[in-house]
Amino acid sequence: MSEQPSFTLDGRRIPFRDGQTVMAAALAAGVYIPHLCFNPEFAPHGSCRVCLVKVNGRVQAACTTPAAAGQLVQSEIEELREIRRGILQMLFVEGNHVCPACEKSGACQLQAVAYYVGMLAPHYTHFYPRRSVDASHPEAVIDFNRCILCELCVRASREVDGKNIFAVRGRGINARLVVNTPSGKLGATDFSVGDKAAQVCPTGAILLKHHGYEIPIGQRLYDRKPINVVGDVAQLSESRGGRRHD
Amino acid sequence: MAESSTLAQTIREIVQRHGGMSTRLLQILREVQDHFTWLPPETLDQVAEALGVSPDKVRNVAEFYSFLYTEPRGFYDILFSDNITDRMLGSRELLHYLCERLDMEINTTRADGLVSVGTTSCTGMCDQGPAALVNGYALTRLDKPRLDRIVDLVNSRTPLTEWPREFFEVTSNIRRADILLGRHFADGAALRAVLKRGPEAILEEMVKSGLRGQGGAGFKSAAKWISCRGAPGDVKYVVCNADEGEPGTFKDRVLMQDFADLVFEGMTLCGRVIGARQGFVYLRGEYRYLLEALKATLLRRREVGLLGEAILGDPGFQFDIDIHMGAGAYVCGEESALIESLEGKHGVPRIRPPFPTTHGYLNKPTVVNNVETFAAAAKIAVEGGAWFASRGTAESKGTKLLSLSGDCERPGIYEYPFGVTVRRVLEDCGARDAQGIQMAGPAGHMISARQFDRRICFEDLATGGSFMVFDQSRDILDGIRNFTHFFVHESCGFCTPCRVGTSLMRDLVTKVHTGHGTRADLEEMRKLGRIMQVACHCGLGQTAPNPVLDSLDQFPESWERRLRSTAYEPAFDLNAALEEARRLTGRDDPGAYLSGQDLLIGAMP
Amino acid sequence: MIEPRLKIATCSLAGCFGCHMSLLDLDERLFELADRVELNRSPLTDIKELGECDLGLIEGGVANVENVHVLLEFRARCKILIAMGACALNGGIPAMRNQFTLRECLEESYLRGVGLVNAQIPNDPEIPLLLNQVHPVHEVVKIDYFLPGCPPSADAIWTFVNQLLSGQPIALSYTQIHYD
Ligand SMILES: Cc1cc2nc3c(=O)[nH]c(=O)nc-3n(C[C@H](O)[C@H](O)[C@H](O)COP(=O)(O)O)c2cc1C
Ligand code: SF4
Ligand code: SF4
Ligand code: SF4
Ligand code: FES
Repeated sequence: MSEQPSFTLDGRRIPFRDGQTVMAAALAAGVYIPHLCFNPEFAPHGSCRVCLVKVNGRVQAACTTPAAAGQLVQSEIEELREIRRGILQMLFVEGNHVCPACEKSGACQLQAVAYYVGMLAPHYTHFYPRRSVDASHPEAVIDFNRCILCELCVRASREVDGKNIFAVRGRGINARLVVNTPSGKLGATDFSVGDKAAQVCPTGAILLKHHGYEIPIGQRLYDRKPINVVGDVAQLSESRGGRRHD
Repeated sequence: MAESSTLAQTIREIVQRHGGMSTRLLQILREVQDHFTWLPPETLDQVAEALGVSPDKVRNVAEFYSFLYTEPRGFYDILFSDNITDRMLGSRELLHYLCERLDMEINTTRADGLVSVGTTSCTGMCDQGPAALVNGYALTRLDKPRLDRIVDLVNSRTPLTEWPREFFEVTSNIRRADILLGRHFADGAALRAVLKRGPEAILEEMVKSGLRGQGGAGFKSAAKWISCRGAPGDVKYVVCNADEGEPGTFKDRVLMQDFADLVFEGMTLCGRVIGARQGFVYLRGEYRYLLEALKATLLRRREVGLLGEAILGDPGFQFDIDIHMGAGAYVCGEESALIESLEGKHGVPRIRPPFPTTHGYLNKPTVVNNVETFAAAAKIAVEGGAWFASRGTAESKGTKLLSLSGDCERPGIYEYPFGVTVRRVLEDCGARDAQGIQMAGPAGHMISARQFDRRICFEDLATGGSFMVFDQSRDILDGIRNFTHFFVHESCGFCTPCRVGTSLMRDLVTKVHTGHGTRADLEEMRKLGRIMQVACHCGLGQTAPNPVLDSLDQFPESWERRLRSTAYEPAFDLNAALEEARRLTGRDDPGAYLSGQDLLIGAMP
Repeated sequence: MIEPRLKIATCSLAGCFGCHMSLLDLDERLFELADRVELNRSPLTDIKELGECDLGLIEGGVANVENVHVLLEFRARCKILIAMGACALNGGIPAMRNQFTLRECLEESYLRGVGLVNAQIPNDPEIPLLLNQVHPVHEVVKIDYFLPGCPPSADAIWTFVNQLLSGQPIALSYTQIHYD
C-alpha cells in the first residue's frame, strides 16, 4: 500500500487526498487555520483572506491552495498573525459592529476569529457606513451593518436551497449584500428558517427572530474556549449553541 | 420613454441580434443603454426575460461596470479622463470650466436631463489629452475654445454624428519604430508559414524567439501556447487582451488602430497552433471609436480568405474572431476577470489554479495574450525566432512598445529593443527636467533620477508599456494621490484587503497630502501597503500600494515637507465636524469652535 | 519596598460609566491598588484639575466638543493613555447615532419627541456642541493600549494594570478579551 501523500503544517505532518486544499486537509487532520468565507460544505471562495498561510515561503489563501506533497506550510507565525489581524480590523471598520448590542455576540465567528488572532481594537479609521436593517420577514431579520460579504448565504441559497435569494452587488467599497426582489425585502421572498442560508452566516447579519440572549454571558459558545477548540458556529449542533432549527 | 410594448420589442431585437446568448449580456446591455441613455429597471427585466436568465444576474452586471448606468443619465454623457497626465495638461480646470458654462455641478446630470458631466479612469489618450469621452466616444486635445463649441453643440442638441470630426481625431504619434512597427508585413504571411511548416515548427520558432507576454507579467508565450495546445479538449479559444486599462498606456490602441491586421493574424496563427476555431478581442470600452473599423477589417479578412472557413483554401483551417467591448472596469484586464466578462458576467478574478490554458473561456483551454504579444507572434512566424531574439537582452528578447506621456516634448509611442536605459528614453522624447517616472502605470513602480540608468527589461524594470514623466515642477504626491483614487474606483470589491485597504490608503494619502499627517501616518501607510501586497486575491490589490510605497522610498522629501511637526493628528477635521451642529443651533460663540491652539495640546504625546 | 506611587487619572467621555463600575468591581483589590497608585482627576475623586500623570484611562468615545477637550488634555498630561471599553475603542452604543445625520438625531429628540413644549434644538452656549459623528478615541489622539469589553471585566482591568505596573508585556487570557 502506498503511503498517503502529505505536507507539513507548522511542523506537523498533514496527510491529504487528491484534490483537497491545504485548508480542507488541515481541518480534516484537526488543525485549525482561521477562516471566515470558508465552510467545508461549500466550494472555496477565497474572498475574506483571513486564512492566509505561507506555502513554501509564499503567502497564499489556505482555502484555495491545492495541497501538494512535500509543501512546507506555515500558519501560526507572528508575521501572518499580524496580517490576519489587519484584515479582521478592516472588516470591523468597514461595517458597524456594535457587539454589546448584537444578539450574535459570544457565538459570532467574526468575533471569535478576531479573538483568536489577538485583535484588541479595530485600529483603523471607522467608515460608519449607513446601512439598513430588514425586519420584513416574519421569522428572520437581516442587519446589513454586520455583513462581511463572505457570500455564504448567497452560495447556500443558490446551491443548497435552490432559491437564489441573496446576491452581492456593486463594485469595490460599494459592494453590498442585496435580497433578490424588486423591493429588496426579505419578507417578499420564500426564505424560511429551515433554509441552509439561514444557518451559515458567520456573523449577526442574518438572525432568526423570537430568539435572543438565551444563553447567559459566560456560557456562550466562544465565551470560555477559543474557536480552534470549539469549531465554527455554523458547523455545530444546536445543543452546542450552533444553528437553530425550528 | 417608449411604450412598454415597444420597449420590449426593442430589447427583443437587440437580444436576437446577439443570438440570444447570455455570454453576450454585457454587449447587449451596452446596446440597450445606447438606446435608452441608461438602464431603467424594466429594461433589465426585459433583457433577463429575453435571455432566459435570472434578473439578478443582469442587475449584477449592470451595477458592476462603470459605463453602465442604473440611474438616469444625460442624453450627452461627458466623462473627463482623470489620469494624472490629463491633470498635468489642465483637465481639472477644463472640467470646472465646462460645468460652469453648462451651468451645472460636476458629477451630476443637468436638471433638464440633457447632459451629464463627470470623470472616468484614464482613457488612454495621454499623448493627446486632456481627453474625455462623450457617449463613449473619445474626445482629444480639449481646450477652452473646443469646450465652448461643445457647449453650443450640447445646448442645441446636435447629434454626435454632426459634431466636428477633428474633435474625435486620434493620432498614433509613432515616434520610434523598430522591428515590430517598422517593417512591412504582408497580410497572410504568418498563416502561410504555419500552413507550410506546421504548428510544431512555429512553436519551435516561438521558443527560439524567447517572446514574453507584453501585457506586463512577462510569461513565456511559447510555454502558454504549448500548454494550451496540449490541454485535453476539442474546443479551445484564443483571447486578445485589448483592455489596456493601466493608466498611461496606449500602445495597444495604436496597434489596434494601425496594425489590426497584424494582431488578427497573430490570433489566427495562435488558433491554428493550439487548435482553436474561435477568437475574441476584448476591447476596452474607451476604444469604442475603433469598433467599426475593426469590424470592417475582420470582414475584409474573411473576404480574402484570411479568416472564417477554409482559411487560405485549407478546409481544415477554420478560425473566426469576435469583438467584445468592455464597459469601464480596469480589473477586466486581469485575464480571469476578463474571461468572466467575456462570458457575460461581472468581472471578478477567478481562483487560480486552474489557469486559463486549461480552464478558460467556458472552462475550455484558452490562450489569453496581450495585443502586442499577438502582433510579435505573427512577425516571428514569418521572420523566425532567431531574428526576433537577436534584439533585446538575455532574458528579454525582442522589442517593447513604450507609451510616453507626461512632461516631455514628444509624447507618443516608442519602440525599443529590451534593455534600453530610462535615460536614453528620456533623451529621445525630450524630457529634460525629469524628477521621476511612473513606470508600468500605477501598478508598476515609481523611480527617481537616481535610477535613470536602469534598463527596461524583465531583469530590471519590467513594464507593460506605461511611462509617465514627472518633471521638477510637479508635486509627486499629486500623482500618488490620483493613483490611490484610481484603485479605490477600480477595486472589484471581492476581497477584504483590497476592497477596504484601497479606501484606507486613499484616506491616509489624502490626510498627508492636505497637510494633516504625521510620521505616524507614513508608518501606517507602509504597514497597510505591506498587507495589501501579500494578502489580496489578484494583481490589482497586490500592486495598488506600489506607488505609495515606492514614493516613500524614492521621494521621502516630497512626503516629509507635508508633515506636521506633531507626533499624531486626528483622522478627521475636528472643527469641520462641528459645522453641522453650529448650523443647527445657530451658535457662533467661541465654544462652538475648536481652534488650532486647542488641538495642539493633545498632539504631543 | 517603597516606590513612588504612580499617578493615574480616569475619565468618562461618551460612555455610560460602566467601565468605571467595572473598575470599582475590583472590590478588595482596590486597597492593593491604592497602595501602588495615586488617583488624580477622575469621577472617583474630587480633583478638578488634571495633573501630570503616568496613566490615563479613557472610557467612552468622542461625541462633543467637551469630550475633545478632555481627551486632548489627557493626552497632554498622561504619559500612557489607555482606551478602555467598547465605546472608547469603536464608538460603541453612542456611535449608533452615526447611522443618522445629526439633524435627524436632534430633530427626533427635540422637535418630535413626546410631550415637548416649545420644541426647539437647544443652543445654550453652556451645552457642549455635538460632533456630526461619534468617534473612537484613537481617531483623535494617539492611544498606547486598548482594553476591550463592554465593560472590560474587573479581572481584565486587574491583569492589565498589574502587567503594566510591573513592566510586563500585556497578555490577557482568552476569557479576559471580549468585545461585549
Ligand atoms: C488588474 C490587472 C489588469 C491587467 N490589465 C491588463 C491589460 O489591460 N492588458 C493586458 O494585456 N494584460 C493585463 N493584465 C495582465 C493579464 O492578466 C495577463 O497576464 C495578460 O493579458 C497575458 O498576456 P501576455 O502574456 O501576452 O502579456 C492585467 C493584470 C491585472 C492583475
Ligand atoms: S456580528 Fe459579531 S462582530 Fe459584529 S457586532 Fe455582532 S457579535 Fe460583534
Ligand atoms: S449576510 Fe452573513 S452569510 Fe451573508 S454575506 Fe453577509 S456575512 Fe456572509
Ligand atoms: S485584489 Fe481583490 S478586490 Fe481587488 S480587484 Fe482583485 S479580487 Fe477584486
Ligand atoms: S477562508 Fe480562505 S479566503 Fe476566506
